[in-house]
Amino acid sequence: MKVKPMRRWSWKDFWLITMVLPGAIWLLLIRYLPMLGVVIAFKDYKAQKPNTFWNNLMKSKWVGLKNFAFLKSPATVTMIRNTLLYNGVWIVLVLVLAVTLAVMMSELKNRFAAKAYQTMMFFPYFLSWVVASYFVLAFLDPTSGMIPSIQKSLGLKPTQFYMTTTWWPLILTISNLWKNVGYSSVLYLAAITGIDTTLYEAAAVDGATKRQQVWHVTLPGIRPMIVILLIMSVGKIFNADFGLFYNVPQNSGPLYPVTQVIDTYVYNTYANTHNLGMSAAAGLLQSVVGCVCIVITNGVVRRIDAESSLF
Amino acid sequence: MNKQQKNQVALNAFGPGAQALFHIVLGLFALACIVPFLFVIIISFTSEDSIRQIGYSFMPLSWSTQAYSYVFQLGDALWRSYFNSFLITVVGTVLSVAICVLYSYPLYRKDFKYRNFFNFLSFFTMIFGGGLVPTFVVCKTLLGLSDNYAALIVPLLFSPFNVIVMRTFFQTTVPRELIEASTIDGAGEYRTLLQIVLPVVKPGIATIALLNALAFWNEWFLSLLYITKNMNVIPLQYLLMRMQRNADFLAKNSAMLGADAAQAARNLPSQSLKMALVVFIVVPIACAYPFFQRYVVAGLTVGSVKG
Repeated sequence: MKVKPMRRWSWKDFWLITMVLPGAIWLLLIRYLPMLGVVIAFKDYKAQKPNTFWNNLMKSKWVGLKNFAFLKSPATVTMIRNTLLYNGVWIVLVLVLAVTLAVMMSELKNRFAAKAYQTMMFFPYFLSWVVASYFVLAFLDPTSGMIPSIQKSLGLKPTQFYMTTTWWPLILTISNLWKNVGYSSVLYLAAITGIDTTLYEAAAVDGATKRQQVWHVTLPGIRPMIVILLIMSVGKIFNADFGLFYNVPQNSGPLYPVTQVIDTYVYNTYANTHNLGMSAAAGLLQSVVGCVCIVITNGVVRRIDAESSLF
Repeated sequence: MNKQQKNQVALNAFGPGAQALFHIVLGLFALACIVPFLFVIIISFTSEDSIRQIGYSFMPLSWSTQAYSYVFQLGDALWRSYFNSFLITVVGTVLSVAICVLYSYPLYRKDFKYRNFFNFLSFFTMIFGGGLVPTFVVCKTLLGLSDNYAALIVPLLFSPFNVIVMRTFFQTTVPRELIEASTIDGAGEYRTLLQIVLPVVKPGIATIALLNALAFWNEWFLSLLYITKNMNVIPLQYLLMRMQRNADFLAKNSAMLGADAAQAARNLPSQSLKMALVVFIVVPIACAYPFFQRYVVAGLTVGSVKG
């Protein structure tokens, strides 16, 4: 009998395995076990006696695709539209603004000022959406917010911001840009700093103006970074930023037509109806579609430029 | 200046006009990034009278430190959640850094037999996940993460992204000869890691620690999910979130609920008090920020390079 040649078991591998063990156990329990838990999406998940995980999972009634019936409701179309539209527009806006600001910062002659701008722009990234929602509240609060107060003092009828949908696409967009543009531009600036300076000298010798240098040296120089950040965000196009959509509009019901996204829908369904099966179904759909998105974007990028692809 | 020199300058940098434009655009955006925080600070120092008369304003009619004395009167609820925030941040950061370093070091070792397997185990979770509900059910009913500190720490202990960052730090700063030399000298795996490798990757560890500390300090979602009864463990972020909800609820329903609720609503923290709490949350970050910004930039730049 032929035995496959195998690398000998060694103490070294044993000790290295003990190192990865805590992380591996965490991954199995908190990431892989829930992947099995997606069967909840096909069950009428109810607490059984005794109320343990396996018991609930086994004894709950199998209902097939019934939990996916929510797909037919008009609210589903709205939330999917919201998720895709907001994410799509923001990917483009953040990219364009962040790259523009990064190029400007890199071209400033006053390095101290550039550093100061960078520090200020990066700041919102470090705050939570809970804090940011209070910032928004300071401007929009119906009783004493700055904008309604100004409207009152001018004798106008104050806008009930948390009851009217009109302004929310704009408010959410501003909030998102406020938090993320600075962060992205810091990343792009780091990439620009890494560009070989002799390329600029060579371009200048050839008579390229500064504007041409930006087009033909700087932008191609940060292309890998742009592509990577783009793959990551396109792959996550079905995942909305829960904190933004939940906290900033204060989860206000009348605003749902323009603020409800898949993530908040999953949470609100669970929180209001405790229908775990249906929330799980929505979540599963999101995971699968998200996964397909990542693989497709990565495949497209690999075909165009294998170096830049993620895997 | 002759013509040739002029051209030379134009090729090396944008002219004064463009520079001025850049300063205006960058300056305005940078200002917009910190103005909301300054506004909240101003509101927290605004007197109740001024808020009642002209609402929140950058130029209040009168100033007051009343909100802060209210904050101190909040007493237990406030200090408890402030303490919880610090506790969760410290314990969470220490544990998650340890787990992250221990997980990424073997992935850096090319001679580790199961390297690819564990690499994939971590990477795959970045692409696919079970979703919110199954994770919630597993954590709550199987692992008992509910209404305790563990529920606010354990679900955040590991991050595949941070593993990639840390592994890249190992790859770029630790020469493989160092490990070989250490092994030849007879040091065990743990000894090599702790005494030889760790001192070299200190900047990487600082980066990971800061990213984790920030994640724990800003955490409120786990409280929203897992804390239903035991309000003794909630962090400051969640206290602030609850305050808005409770205040709204009571304010809207005080007429309906009768005298008791109306009384409660009157005793509820004023508007400026909530803004003072926001200041309390942001100040630790704002103070530490200039020092750790550099490390975070390093970490994020490393992480967005293909691993």
